[in-house]
Amino acid sequence: MGDVVIARSLFGTTMGFHIIFATLGVGIPLMILIAELMYQKTNNRDYAIMAKRWTKAKAVLLGVAIPTGTIAGVQLSLLWPGFMEVIGKVMALPFQIEIYAFFVEALFISIYVYAADRISPWMRILSVTLVTIGAAASAVLITNVHAFEGTPAGFRIENGEIVDVDPWAAFFNPSFVVTAGHVAVSAFMTGAFVIASVAAYKMLRNRGNKRIFQFHRKALMMGLIVGGIFSFMTALNGHESAQQLHQFQPEKLAAAEGLFKTQSHAPLAIGGFTDRETQEVKWGLEIPWALSFLADDRFDTVVVGLNDFPEEYWPPLFVHTLFNGMVGIGSFLILLSFLGFLWSKILKRPTFPTWLMWLFVAGGPLAMLAIEFGWIFACTGRQPWVIYRVMLTADAVTGNQNLALLFFAFAAIYVLLGIAVVLVLRYYFKRHPLEDEWKESDSTTNGIHA
Amino acid sequence: MTDVILAITVLWGFIFIYAVMATMDFGAGFWSMLYIKSDKTNATNIANKYLSPTWEVTNVFIVAVVVAIYSFFPSAAYTLGTVLLIPGSIILLLLAIRSGFLVFSHIVSDYEKPLTYISGITGFLIPAILILVLPITHGGFVDNVNGVEQLMLGSVLTSPHALSFVLFAVSSTLFLSSLLLADFSKVAKDKHAYEIYRRDALILGPVSLLSALLIMITMRYEAFWLFNGMMDYLFWLVVSAAMFVVTGIALIIPGKNGWTGLPRLGVVSAFIQYALASYAYGRAHLPYIIYPNVTIQNGFTDPASFRALFISYIVGFIILFPGFVYFWRLFMKDERYIKNEH
Ligand code: HDD
Ligand code: HEM
Ligand code: HEM
Repeated sequence: MGDVVIARSLFGTTMGFHIIFATLGVGIPLMILIAELMYQKTNNRDYAIMAKRWTKAKAVLLGVAIPTGTIAGVQLSLLWPGFMEVIGKVMALPFQIEIYAFFVEALFISIYVYAADRISPWMRILSVTLVTIGAAASAVLITNVHAFEGTPAGFRIENGEIVDVDPWAAFFNPSFVVTAGHVAVSAFMTGAFVIASVAAYKMLRNRGNKRIFQFHRKALMMGLIVGGIFSFMTALNGHESAQQLHQFQPEKLAAAEGLFKTQSHAPLAIGGFTDRETQEVKWGLEIPWALSFLADDRFDTVVVGLNDFPEEYWPPLFVHTLFNGMVGIGSFLILLSFLGFLWSKILKRPTFPTWLMWLFVAGGPLAMLAIEFGWIFACTGRQPWVIYRVMLTADAVTGNQNLALLFFAFAAIYVLLGIAVVLVLRYYFKRHPLEDEWKESDSTTNGIHA
Repeated sequence: MTDVILAITVLWGFIFIYAVMATMDFGAGFWSMLYIKSDKTNATNIANKYLSPTWEVTNVFIVAVVVAIYSFFPSAAYTLGTVLLIPGSIILLLLAIRSGFLVFSHIVSDYEKPLTYISGITGFLIPAILILVLPITHGGFVDNVNGVEQLMLGSVLTSPHALSFVLFAVSSTLFLSSLLLADFSKVAKDKHAYEIYRRDALILGPVSLLSALLIMITMRYEAFWLFNGMMDYLFWLVVSAAMFVVTGIALIIPGKNGWTGLPRLGVVSAFIQYALASYAYGRAHLPYIIYPNVTIQNGFTDPASFRALFISYIVGFIILFPGFVYFWRLFMKDERYIKNEH
């Protein structure tokens, strides 16, 4: 029994670490692409320099994204052989197609980085486009496996045997489109807010230097606009995700909202902590009828409460906090980008007040936090099932006993890589200040990348 | 061809391509480390020129191999996943350090040397451990404890058969990569680097052949079933050995403009040598994936899944092929890239 907990901790740690780099790996290429397009449109070299610097950062991040992703893929078999046996028979397609997406990304990122000076601008733009598509596709496809865990389809189990396999029905399982869409738009949103964070920080540090300030201001506005658009889409789509929980995994929605009694006109609880004994959300804010409306667009929708399910199948109740955190951050970031846009484009102010700048700085880390909350909510909220109502997590785990040591070994490696990545990025951008890029680009006029 | 044979052939193809690309990849990392100290040669730069754009593509192949195993042979994946927990985890840890520090070493110029050492050494260890999967599938190393299959790691590490595989992996890695880098140096018209890599290939080739012989000898004692099977394919093995001789000749005959040897021919013949030998090995291994319990038949996936996967392979190949050709042209053939310093 103890081993299930360690295996879950190990896998959760791997995923929690990988996802930071994976999300940026999806989000940053989109920003690079937009910068490249802006450069073609405006012919302002600042955009070319942005593309170049973000590409460097992306190359460093890839150095961690790829090995941790490889770890995730192999660890699935090492830790959950029971699960992967089912996946292999029924749901292998997304993994397989994902390989092609990896290839597209790996081939074209190398071309973009190492052959930029030998190919035409349009070929360069095509390369970043393919990198963005490849990264987003790999995220969408792997999320499909996660969607399948929540809404399995395309097979039956008869006397312990898997029969009637329909791989395409499994691939297009009911929650695929909404879930994968959510992951993709939230990754684009996070990439944009992280760019905006860095830009805002640099603006605060370089108020005296007009040229540097203006450079980062352009990056900030790009980040805010792209982030604003995608955070709005994330919220819309997240709402649909919640409606799907209502339909397909009602106990997860009940746990997310701390709802015990099945009822129509159910209230939405914001904040607070779910108390198992008294069956209520303590210190939360209740909005009457709102949950019913959210679940199915009608106030008289009956929302199923936890009491309708045996307690052993309840998800852990702390997911309420994770769900609130994610939705709260999402709503806040929509407001923030809207405010930034208003200030700059409608009120036409050239600078932002310091408090607003610090909120922009917080935006990127907050978005990343929302990603972590979202995943931990989605995976932990599915417990005790690894495949909803088909296979228990405890039945999927490896029979091996000595997992604790591995947990510490992997955790140590993640700490090491995490620290190293931060140091490497800081080192590089200290050594290559913007001024140098300008000097270089003033003396040569062709080719973006040195 | 039945579905099962088709599946194992595709898997074999992936493993072979990965094996070749990985030897180049890890080997190039090792050479780049070995020659980093000497300022006189450009050998490190040549290795880095190969490594920088390719390591990600190579890495995708190992993911492709793992995915092909669990999508084609899920039951085999169950046993492999259980048995390989420890060695698999060690490989993953090494791989994480290796890839991370490889990238870091190119970015942080002040610490390039120590970072290159870390990635070079970890990369060098990976093939040595990765190859252990093969002798483990030959049987005799898996124990059943309370219904759970367990690897007897101690017996693996003391088995002459397994150790000869380790020797083979290490020497082949260095042999094939030095051969490829010799060819690469010739394209770059860097005679000094060329001579270094040519010399390395001449030294390591015989070592790799000897270790292959050692594998056969120990196989006779530790995996007789497989040895027997391989003897049925003796012809392939003999031709393979002949290709090795061709490689040797290709490296010593005089060429044009004072360059000794024809490295491109050497690369091709070595490639054929390894392909033939691994074909014989693979055929002899059938029908077992893991001897004696898991065969290709009892481990096979659902037929409907297999058909869908196979169609995806064909579509994927058609889509990706132009990308690979373009990549090849930009990095392996374009002199502007290969010759240019950094
Ligand atoms: C920047 C990140 C981010 C933001 C701002 C949001 N989400 Fe989200 N959410 C994710 C990032 C994310 C995620 C990390 O991508 C998850 C985890 C698993 C998944 O499918 O997507 C997720 C899962 C997820 C799920 C669970 C799906 C499942 O369990 O299968 C629901 C119901 C929502 N989200 C709903 C929302 C709502 C109503 C939001 C309102 C603003 C919201 N999310 C903002
Ligand atoms: C990338 C972001 C992800 C994060 C941060 C994440 C996080 C976690 C966490 C924290 C756990 C442990 C849950 C618990 O035991 O309470 C877990 C379990 C698991 N997740 Fe996810 N996960 C992610 C993505 C995925 C995806 C894409 C898949 C599907 C391919 C997946 C499949 C699983 C499986 C199989 C388990 C183990 C069994 C289980 O506990 O249900 N996860 N994950
Ligand atoms: C269990 C879940 C997951 C597995 C098994 C997994 C597997 C992998 C693997 C094997 C790689 C390395 C690919 C290579 O060798 O080039 C990788 C990288 C990556 N993954 Fe994950 N991943 C998981 C979750 C996710 C999620 C949820 C996302 C998106 C939000 C994501 C997006 C990416 C991206 C963008 C990369 C970086 C670069 C690349 O695509 O090559 N992954 N992942």
